[in-house]
Amino acid sequence: MTTETIAGVAVDRNEEGFFTDATQWTEDMAPELAKAEGIDELTPDHWTVIRFMRSEYFDKGTGPTVRMLGKTSGVSVKELYQLFPKGPAKIAARIAGIPKPRGCI
Amino acid sequence: MAQRIVILGGGTGGTLTANRLRRLYKPAEATITVVDQDDRHVYQPGLLFVPFGLSHTEEIVRPRQRQLRDGVAFIESGIDRVDIEADEVHLANGDVLAYDVLIVATGARLVPEETEGLTGPGWMDKVFTFYTPEGAGALARALATFDQGRLVVNVVDMPIKCPVAPLEFLFLADWYFTERGIRDRVDLVYATPLDGAFTKPIASAQLGGMLEDRHIEVVTEFNTGEVDGEGGRLVSWDEREVPFDLAVVIPLHGGAEYVGRSPGLGDAVDFVPTDDRTLQSKVKPNIFVIGDAATVPASKAGSVTHFEGETLVENVRRFLAGEALEPGFDGHANCFIETGYHKALLIDFNYEQEPVPGHYPSRVGLPLLKESRLNHLGKLLFQSVYWHSLLPGRDLPGVGSLMPAAGKQKIPAPKEASQ
Repeated sequence: MTTETIAGVAVDRNEEGFFTDATQWTEDMAPELAKAEGIDELTPDHWTVIRFMRSEYFDKGTGPTVRMLGKTSGVSVKELYQLFPKGPAKIAARIAGIPKPRGCI
Repeated sequence: MAQRIVILGGGTGGTLTANRLRRLYKPAEATITVVDQDDRHVYQPGLLFVPFGLSHTEEIVRPRQRQLRDGVAFIESGIDRVDIEADEVHLANGDVLAYDVLIVATGARLVPEETEGLTGPGWMDKVFTFYTPEGAGALARALATFDQGRLVVNVVDMPIKCPVAPLEFLFLADWYFTERGIRDRVDLVYATPLDGAFTKPIASAQLGGMLEDRHIEVVTEFNTGEVDGEGGRLVSWDEREVPFDLAVVIPLHGGAEYVGRSPGLGDAVDFVPTDDRTLQSKVKPNIFVIGDAATVPASKAGSVTHFEGETLVENVRRFLAGEALEPGFDGHANCFIETGYHKALLIDFNYEQEPVPGHYPSRVGLPLLKESRLNHLGKLLFQSVYWHSLLPGRDLPGVGSLMPAAGKQKIPAPKEASQ
């Protein structure tokens, strides 16, 4: 785990770049986190997914898998891959400041 | 008046729960009714061996009803829906069952039709699954005439039943083609949505090494979007392709269909939200869940279901007696992993402890995370234990519900054991 500064605030992330404490995240951090994932601009659709990831995490204790995102977020799996080409569940979780989704048991 | 306990599903969880409850309650205290859509109880771990001719489907199927104790009623009918407000189950045959406690034990269902192309051209011809008796039998016939080419095993997405089964299939395929003298003409490939061979880091590294030793190619983070049976290729959502001559696909899993028809009972893929420790559903206090039907973050496996049985039955008793529930289940899973050549590996873990080397159940016992003949014998013996001890709901000698820590090497778990 390392402590780094994002949008001027110190946050803790693990070696895979996932937040270890989701409450450290603020919306101001998302653009900077997105740039690091190769996403230059966050569209309203990106924000829909980011907010959905966070509400699922606080509700259920883990972020959703891509399949659950596709079924419940209002954004289809195909669109999710257009928004987050390198893998929606992981990348969106990093940008949304939540721990790695534990869909795979 | 007798309490009415209704159990949906007569598989591993439903059967062992019914039998444990029947021993706990006198007939005057509780009626116990099990509902299932058919009377075929499949010993699912046996499916793995069918494609290689090491077992046959008729050897692993028995009547459900015969596994239930006297005094347990069995109804063979589909389930239309559960009315969780009215505490009633509406059966497909038109009957309505009222209950005081409902136990959901209807497991996981394969939903191959959810993946584009999977059940299209080539399905059961060059695209198979061994997760059903029919699929395993058809695959056995296809493997017998498979003389060369590229065999790809693909997990579409997690969760799946028995997450080690795809690896076991590859190990057995390596052995099978070696025995037939054509291993050099067959390429074996594993395309997985995970970032390694398995979900837990230490076991993943060990199993990954074993795949490498056997020259089995692993394609990681492959999220299948489409199966093109005619063209012989898997296509991922991020537009990578894996070509195949024969594909063995583990389809997406969901809960039973009636869950989706029952307002408020299930999640988006029809599993029932369940407390990890008490096994009480999160949808209503008088609904409990055992086995693959639950959302608990444990492997969907028979061993997990068996270990859940003790906590589940105790908590049903406490609920009916008006007592506080015990958070007794620790996520314990115990899996033999067949590796071919009459050997197997054993892993033992729970919510907190990932699989590590050592011995089970204590410092003396079966070797953990290491290939041995003893573990293979354990796996073979287990089929008899399943029918004669596990389903009747007996505690297995030396095998406690809680995961034993003695005998496990102390390896500090990575901070984020999140996978």
